[in-house]
Amino acid sequence: MQIVNRSGTSTKQIILIRFIAILAAIVVSSIFIGFLGYNPFTVYQNMLKGSLGSTIRFRATLLEMIPLVVTSLGILIAFKMKFWNIGGEGQILMGAFAASFVALRIDGIPDFLMLPLIFLAGFLMGGLWALIPAYFKARFGANETIMTLMLNYIALQFITYLQFGPWRDPKAMGFPKIANFPDSALLPKLFGIHIGLIISILLVVVVTWFMRNTKKGFEIAVVGESFATARYAGMNVSQVILFAMLLSGGLCGITGVIQTSGVNKTLTMNISSGYGFSAIITTWLSGLKAPMVLLVSFLFAILLQGGSYIQSALQIPQSAADVLQGMILFCILGSEFFVRYKIRFRKKEHPNNGGVSP
Amino acid sequence: MTNTLDFFVLFLKSAVVAGTPLLFAIIGAIYNEKAGNLNLGIEGMMLLGAVAGFQAALSTQNPLASLLSACVFGALGALIYAFLTVTLRTNQVVTGLALTIFGSGMARFWGQNVMGQVLSESFSRYFRPLSFPFLAKIPILGPILSVFLEQDLFVYFGYAIAILSGIYLYNTRWGLNLRAVGGNTAAADASGINITLYKYVHILMGGALCGLGGAYLSVVFVPSWQENITAGRGWIAVALVIFTSWNPYKALWGALLFGGLDIVGFRIQSLNIPVNQYFLRMLPYLATLMVIIIGSIRKSSKHNPPKDLGNAYFREER
Repeated sequence: MQIVNRSGTSTKQIILIRFIAILAAIVVSSIFIGFLGYNPFTVYQNMLKGSLGSTIRFRATLLEMIPLVVTSLGILIAFKMKFWNIGGEGQILMGAFAASFVALRIDGIPDFLMLPLIFLAGFLMGGLWALIPAYFKARFGANETIMTLMLNYIALQFITYLQFGPWRDPKAMGFPKIANFPDSALLPKLFGIHIGLIISILLVVVVTWFMRNTKKGFEIAVVGESFATARYAGMNVSQVILFAMLLSGGLCGITGVIQTSGVNKTLTMNISSGYGFSAIITTWLSGLKAPMVLLVSFLFAILLQGGSYIQSALQIPQSAADVLQGMILFCILGSEFFVRYKIRFRKKEHPNNGGVSP
Repeated sequence: MTNTLDFFVLFLKSAVVAGTPLLFAIIGAIYNEKAGNLNLGIEGMMLLGAVAGFQAALSTQNPLASLLSACVFGALGALIYAFLTVTLRTNQVVTGLALTIFGSGMARFWGQNVMGQVLSESFSRYFRPLSFPFLAKIPILGPILSVFLEQDLFVYFGYAIAILSGIYLYNTRWGLNLRAVGGNTAAADASGINITLYKYVHILMGGALCGLGGAYLSVVFVPSWQENITAGRGWIAVALVIFTSWNPYKALWGALLFGGLDIVGFRIQSLNIPVNQYFLRMLPYLATLMVIIIGSIRKSSKHNPPKDLGNAYFREER
């Protein structure tokens, strides 16, 4: 058996390999579900029913999809540069913090300015939070993975402090919660879903265009390929890193704004609820392509929403869905091998030919 | 005077305890990185070991079964990682993240039915700190020794692992080969070292150690089951590998230092010193951030990571 490089895998082959990977993921998941003592088909059927079965459930699925899409777009920009931003959680929290600061702590903002301002604040704060690791990475080559992750914990403690300390709502009867946003700071709804849906789709278009058609987008991709190439081509690598991370963190910050203003109506320490990590999966599964982010996030939202439905319908703990996420990711990661390499099985050479090479 | 001394001895003793899960995880991560694999799944493997060790402790009441099951499950997590990154040559960063996601999901899932349960007294007695009353009679040296010696057997196991790992890495042929694998994979391959075997063996060993680190948390340190019991310690360990410059001996000090940071908040609160508790809880993470930043600023040629860290190796792509 020999492993050789595939030269130029065709799109058709790639789709076939991906399809097999998903099939493998389903098989592995089914074994896991069977092991738990459930019928996999009943479980899948219920997951689909719980996520797409009615208008209300479909809306709930879309609500799960929105933060995934926006965060994934942010992560995508960083990953394209091979900057492993796993600080999405912290950037979401800090974006939500800035939005709440504007909505709750600044008086006299005219109603029509409120929404633009909280989005701007959330974007900038999320971006700033990401600039901290970006600066030390660009300047000293510090490990960004650990920096971004540590900043998650720091942001979380900070928000917890606000919620239990200075920002605690005295009107909440001792319950540790922050006051609700004023009406002017709440996202309007369209067809029963807040306009974060429209914003997220617009952002997909913008990021697709940015990565494909702008100089900066191109530079980000080149820096991701090789620092040396980028320098040789005369790019300012540090500047590209800082700019890209401002965007990356900024987009995660916008997720924070959408979740506070559109869903929770206030800031809580649970606002990021794991989207920063799930988005890492969706981004990678999208193959770092912005339009694919939409599709993958939608499928993933089905998994999340279906996962919480089977908890009530079949009493399968929601954490089972977390395990499934991991398994699916493993299968698809593994499939990349077959996109890049092919396995050739060599026949045993006939003994008569032994030693004589043609 | 004696009161202050007592306070410090007590503080350092609990710092050693709090540092022990870190110690196992750091050394586990060192094995991974010396084999050239940056494994960001440390947190996941710790959680797998934590839940497996706790469940085994609960059902068998046998400390050896508990440790063994923590090892096995930590290593199983590592096996998935090794298969993907070594055999299928996937991206190490993403695969490690996937392992952490999988491990924490698995821990949450498997631990759900034992949430908040406490291990029985008959089990916990196996991990009671040893006591050496005669140490109290020795001036100065006595209290210092008692910090390290009046500990439970699991902590002793940690010391042994650190020292044996140091000897293994720096004084044996296998250790030399391992460092070659991470340092220059192609050269190691050319000199006839079985790269795949070395990577698999050491990634699995690392996973088993991370599992033990997790089990120390759930079985001895806490000792009951709570969700996300590791609380980022796996990540801190990844950072501390850099801090201790890939050296198991230095890992002993790194673990002690960060064990101290882990509990300093709790201790300060017991003294009624008015410091913000949320700030204190931030401390280990802030300190880790600082460690990474300062480490990157004063880079010296002596403390560089293994040269081929993070590179997937494929002989034909050379």
